[in-house]
Amino acid sequence: MGTLPEPFAGWFAARGWRPRPHQLALLDAAREGQSALLIAPTGGGKTLAGFLPSLIALHERPADTLHTLYVSPLKALAVDIARNLTIPSEEMGLGLRIETRTGDTPQNRRARQRETPPQILLTTPESLEVLLASADAHTLFAGLGRVVVDEIHALAGTKRGDQLALGLARLSRLAPAARRVGLSATVAHRAPLLAYLSAEGRADSGDVRLVEAPPGAPPELDLQLPEGHLPWGGHMGLASMPEVYRRIAGARTTIVFVNTRAQAELCFQALWRLNEDALPIAMHHGSLEIAQRRKVEAAMAAGKLRAVVATASLDLGIDWGAVDQVIQVGAPKGVARLLQRVGRANHRMDEPSRAVLVPANRFEVIECAAAIQAVAHHELDGDPPRPGGLDVLAQHLLAMACHAPFHPDAMYDEVRRAAPYADLSRRDFDDVLRFAEDGGYALRSYERYRKLFRDSEGMMHIRDARAARQARMNLGTIVDSPMIKVRLRGGPVLGEVEEWFVSTLNPGDNFLFGGQALRFEALDAVTCVVGRGDDAGMRVPTYAGSRLPLSTGLSERVRAIIQDPKAWRALPAPVGEWLRLQRRQSALPEKDGLLVETFPRDGRWFLVAYCFEGRLAHQTLGMLVTRRMERDGLGPLGYLATDYVLAAWSAFEPTDVAHLFEEDLLGEELEEWIAESSMLRRTFRNIATIAGLIEKNHPGQGGSGQKSGRQMTVNSDLIYDVLRRHEPDHILLRATRAEAAGGLTDVRRIAALLARARGRLRHRRLDRVSPLAVPALIEEGRTWVAGGAEDALLAEAAAMIDEVTDGEERFSETLAEVTEGVRINPGVVDRPRRRPRRDRTSRPVPRGLAARRPA
Amino acid sequence: MIAAPFHLGGERLMLDPAGALFWPARRTLVVADLHLEKASAYAARGQLLPPYDTRDTLERLAPILRRYRPARLVALGDSFHDRDGHARLPGPDRALLLRLLDGMETVWVLGNHDPVPPDLPGTATENFAEGPLVFRHQGGGDGHELSGHFHPKATVPTRGGPVCRPCFVASPQRVLLPAFGSLTGGLDARDAAIAALFPRGARLFLLGRERLHSVPLAALPRPRALVPDSVPLQQFGGAGGPPAAAGLPAAVRATAASRRP
Repeated sequence: MGTLPEPFAGWFAARGWRPRPHQLALLDAAREGQSALLIAPTGGGKTLAGFLPSLIALHERPADTLHTLYVSPLKALAVDIARNLTIPSEEMGLGLRIETRTGDTPQNRRARQRETPPQILLTTPESLEVLLASADAHTLFAGLGRVVVDEIHALAGTKRGDQLALGLARLSRLAPAARRVGLSATVAHRAPLLAYLSAEGRADSGDVRLVEAPPGAPPELDLQLPEGHLPWGGHMGLASMPEVYRRIAGARTTIVFVNTRAQAELCFQALWRLNEDALPIAMHHGSLEIAQRRKVEAAMAAGKLRAVVATASLDLGIDWGAVDQVIQVGAPKGVARLLQRVGRANHRMDEPSRAVLVPANRFEVIECAAAIQAVAHHELDGDPPRPGGLDVLAQHLLAMACHAPFHPDAMYDEVRRAAPYADLSRRDFDDVLRFAEDGGYALRSYERYRKLFRDSEGMMHIRDARAARQARMNLGTIVDSPMIKVRLRGGPVLGEVEEWFVSTLNPGDNFLFGGQALRFEALDAVTCVVGRGDDAGMRVPTYAGSRLPLSTGLSERVRAIIQDPKAWRALPAPVGEWLRLQRRQSALPEKDGLLVETFPRDGRWFLVAYCFEGRLAHQTLGMLVTRRMERDGLGPLGYLATDYVLAAWSAFEPTDVAHLFEEDLLGEELEEWIAESSMLRRTFRNIATIAGLIEKNHPGQGGSGQKSGRQMTVNSDLIYDVLRRHEPDHILLRATRAEAAGGLTDVRRIAALLARARGRLRHRRLDRVSPLAVPALIEEGRTWVAGGAEDALLAEAAAMIDEVTDGEERFSETLAEVTEGVRINPGVVDRPRRRPRRDRTSRPVPRGLAARRPA
Repeated sequence: MIAAPFHLGGERLMLDPAGALFWPARRTLVVADLHLEKASAYAARGQLLPPYDTRDTLERLAPILRRYRPARLVALGDSFHDRDGHARLPGPDRALLLRLLDGMETVWVLGNHDPVPPDLPGTATENFAEGPLVFRHQGGGDGHELSGHFHPKATVPTRGGPVCRPCFVASPQRVLLPAFGSLTGGLDARDAAIAALFPRGARLFLLGRERLHSVPLAALPRPRALVPDSVPLQQFGGAGGPPAAAGLPAAVRATAASRRP
């Protein structure tokens, strides 16, 4: 193994450092012209390892052109690394230009970077794609020697990762000599990352050297329960906030991780109510205004905060040396994610990170215990690689045409050198290209609107400057839900909430956002104007798809713990007692079987199945099971899915339970139902947006033009329905189905469950609710429906509203009866129709409706 | 499909769950906001939406025409997405449209999107009056009025979460029709622009698969407040009930429970 040359050796020595073996190993790989994947725990000097070969090369052979490109998933990380690199560069007098290029980079600096590129450029996948789409990309990247991809484990397997992989393949074209370095945390699957870095797109091509740093000290994980009553249900963990607060007070700096933004708001508020010492505690989540988030990050970096309550928005990010405690509130749902979060505490390799898990309910206690076990056994979870998104490819093809004309054959070869597209079929490639050209519809009516055209030699050209500008404006693979900015009247923008949430607000309603009680005043086109509110009837904005389902690996461990009474000793006493009670009153769910309980309650029959396959899988399964219940004449009334169980209730007693969980369940109507599901609609929306069918931005929209942008948007659900009826095999629908099947492993999980249940289903008929069923029943009402059931629910709701309001409205007499032949006298209005009701006095007048009753 | 009768100006009108309105006494069928050729209008601006919206809209209109066999069709404006839309009709779609209109009087009420008469059979007009009823693109005038323009839709919270559908908005003075076009979105019926037309309240008829679902506009309950955190077991089944019957007020939940067998 080599050593460091001067002045690097001296610089290390002056700081009392010795180069670590993996840092030298990366240097060796670089000297031998190999790409490399470095897997190292946090605090292992990973970033410096990635840049050392560049710094040394630039010292030995000074270059005036762009030499090293660094790509990170986070803008903030790029900015931070630039700062950290500048220090050694200046101290050693290397005289390097180190600059960042992100969406925030001002126009004049971008222009200057084009004139005189820095030797080291730090950027994000999106900004790289913009650079590659520019007409002078080949001059900018011609002298490129190295590409460093940071946090590669967080990029590979995502759409941003797909885009970057295509960008890397393009870079190899423009600069064949450039070598790649990937920096990764410990992962479950290495081969996909090796493939990702390979210039051939394959793990076995041998052009990437694997370098592994020794694992750091194992993390120390503790469980924290609330004092007193251990909650049966709920996911927020608010009961434990006093303990969380005590731990914050007892540490220097704490990150309190939660699972959703709504949970962040509620926990933050709860902590402030307890905050008698006025500790500086802040909050960080993806919907808060960027300036606000940056302020929190800066305060954290400066050591001015004692704690920050954060969502996944802080899973990755800059290194805060001072963080000495991580608290995870709510079950972690996956081991890899937990480790990522735990690693945010104490970025020193040789000392263990300390973290506390705070389960919100009894099942979560078991899940946390399972996660701690898994960490101790070095067992990671993670999804196997999935094929690259065709929507991302469509966007990339347009972007590449913006750079220069290309030939489809050459482009197909190039694209397949990106690992996510290594197995891309020529048919899919051609269909995606046709989509990029003119929409790719069987009905070829858009000849005159085409975006790409072929010349006589078969080269693809972008139509004109306007089409190019439009394509460039819509680069990027992050699709947000429609959001509305929240602005304090006469004050600043506080952040944004999802459009649907605002649509549910009436003026005067209070909601919790950014840690303050706000009162909704008005909606002006694109902004939700608010004033200071109070706690009365306060709501918390929620965001779609923000909860992750329980991972398969954790699910297995949870089942194993429940099945094994010896393992209960490690659990807190109330949980052990709860399981013992279950064993006495019903039975324990087995690891390799399926326990189903049925019992009557409130005049209904409940069926609770202990599947442990995650909420999303249970939702799908619930639909299938209740359909079958319907056909069996059981009169199903509803169902709900938690991460652990599926509960359904019906008018009549389900007796042949095994029949409800037979494997042929999956064949029936599943396809149709999935096509109708909101999950597929959401998938289509993302795909259509990334592929460019729906624009995020339209040329000619200025800052105030956002309004017209909103008007320009066509609801993707409507497009989906029309396309499905008239061209079900369109490439975007194929991409949608493929992504739903591959990305969501739920259907596979259901299949595995049904296979497991075959012959091993145990049905317990009880006379009342069992201990394990209670948490699910507490959540009753959070049901999920799709397709045909919607109409039945609508009818039910309309009938209920009528009943509650006594069918009163001011012109009720003119309202037609559904029975024919009723003669209406148009003169009679404003006389409320009243039906006599026996129980009138016993029924409370619903709030909100009372005010609207005619006097 | 069960159409619901509704009386306006003494006339009996049938609200069809497909989003059209039929006036049996005058054998008149009314549809609003077809927005034909919307996709190609977007395509011209660089968004290549599926070119099937015209066909889809007409194929949904065809069975309604067969069912009611009207003598007259009134399109309440914005029949085309832009003023050149009628000229862009692809050959087969144009032929289908002509076939549908054959033997029928057609009235094209002009809208803000299509302020010029289309090059198609029928008469074009700003307002159309027949008997006691007035047909306008944008409502708000005198008389008993049928209009479109706003694309009303409504969201009703149900046990299974909010359900959003296009809807008729009806009062003794006027009926607002939902947009019929396939790529047309909607405006919440609670929006001030719609409420201004119904100062004394209105009843909504949400489109369903087989029938309409009727709720008073004023009674649309607020969607569910997020119920924070765990409910101790003792409270289960108590005064508050389970955390959320998806947004219905407490009394509605009580009713819901009592309705269960």
